[in-house]
Amino acid sequence: MPHIDLPAGFPGISAGFQFRPETAKPMRELAHVLLHLPNSLTPGERELIASHVSSRNNCHFCYASHSAAAACHLGDASLVAKVKADFTTAPISEKLKALLAIAGKVQEDGKLVTAADVEAARNAGATDTELHDTVLIAAAFCMYNRYVDGLGTWQPHNEEMYQAMGKKLAESGYTQPVAASR
Amino acid sequence: MPHIPLDPDLPGIRGAMAFRPETAKPLNELVEVLLRHPNSLSAGERELIATYVSSRNCTQFCHSIHGAVAAAHLGGNEDLVRQVKVDFMQAEISPKLKALLSIAGKVQQDGKLVTPADIEAARREGATDMEIHDTVLIAAAFCMYNRYVDGLGTNQPADPAFYRERGKRVAREGYVAASEEYLAPHSSAAAH
Repeated sequence: MPHIDLPAGFPGISAGFQFRPETAKPMRELAHVLLHLPNSLTPGERELIASHVSSRNNCHFCYASHSAAAACHLGDASLVAKVKADFTTAPISEKLKALLAIAGKVQEDGKLVTAADVEAARNAGATDTELHDTVLIAAAFCMYNRYVDGLGTWQPHNEEMYQAMGKKLAESGYTQPVAASR
Repeated sequence: MPHIPLDPDLPGIRGAMAFRPETAKPLNELVEVLLRHPNSLSAGERELIATYVSSRNCTQFCHSIHGAVAAAHLGGNEDLVRQVKVDFMQAEISPKLKALLSIAGKVQQDGKLVTPADIEAARREGATDMEIHDTVLIAAAFCMYNRYVDGLGTNQPADPAFYRERGKRVAREGYVAASEEYLAPHSSAAAH
């Protein structure tokens, strides 16, 4: 039950975006730049970082939608499940493992990121921009997760809905509103 | 010592924003809307919420600069800003702002900690849906800005005097305008 009078039928963050379009615009743009626009990290890798942080923050809507987007980009839902279970043993690159470790620390507190964490990522091939974007994706999802949870938005457990959402996000990114679910 | 090469003349979030202007643009637009656009909560009240959350997250740069901006909006009242950081329930602020700061404090930890009772307490003191929404989003957004500033290991000066003049300038000009001095031209082209 939302804490404020949010428009009915809009799941998760889309309800907040409908309620307050002026803040939705930069929030969408940030996600679009971070997760969808060209980058040396693939969109699938970046969506895995977003869903990893959302999982650590225990935000159902954000985890479900971003893991669906990741699965779409990667063409492999089972990989997404393996990363959720234990990214250190999942079949992903050493670089992505090092970046996910950094993201996990940022999720708790940015001050926990050490020079050793960064060096491990660099040794695995991470660039300055990839390090920057990993930190900002993790930080941004600490915002999106708290927004979705803090307003008490409707976060359905509807596998089909998230799959459809994930497909749309993978194809078009974040600048357009998601249609309301009836 | 920053984890990536950042301009040493640009402390805190500024160095990070100069490194990546494409993300700086929406980051500046969001804070501009949240903390400065017309709102039934005054700019000073909203900066106090941002300062409080940043103080709870122990992010020196953020609680210092936003504390300075808050003080600038509140007639230079640095004592009030200090009191809000330390114990807002004892501060000379409205009961409504106290109720909203309680909500912000919960969002800072985890959005799921906000209860209907917290919301009702804020409503009883006159908070509107928009004010509650913005309180939640300011708190959530500052959990982002704080982690960004800390997570990159940016330089965060400890001396309050460093922030005072900049706080006055940001209070006068806003975040987008103040950022134009250090962002590449293409990123400020679309601002407003």
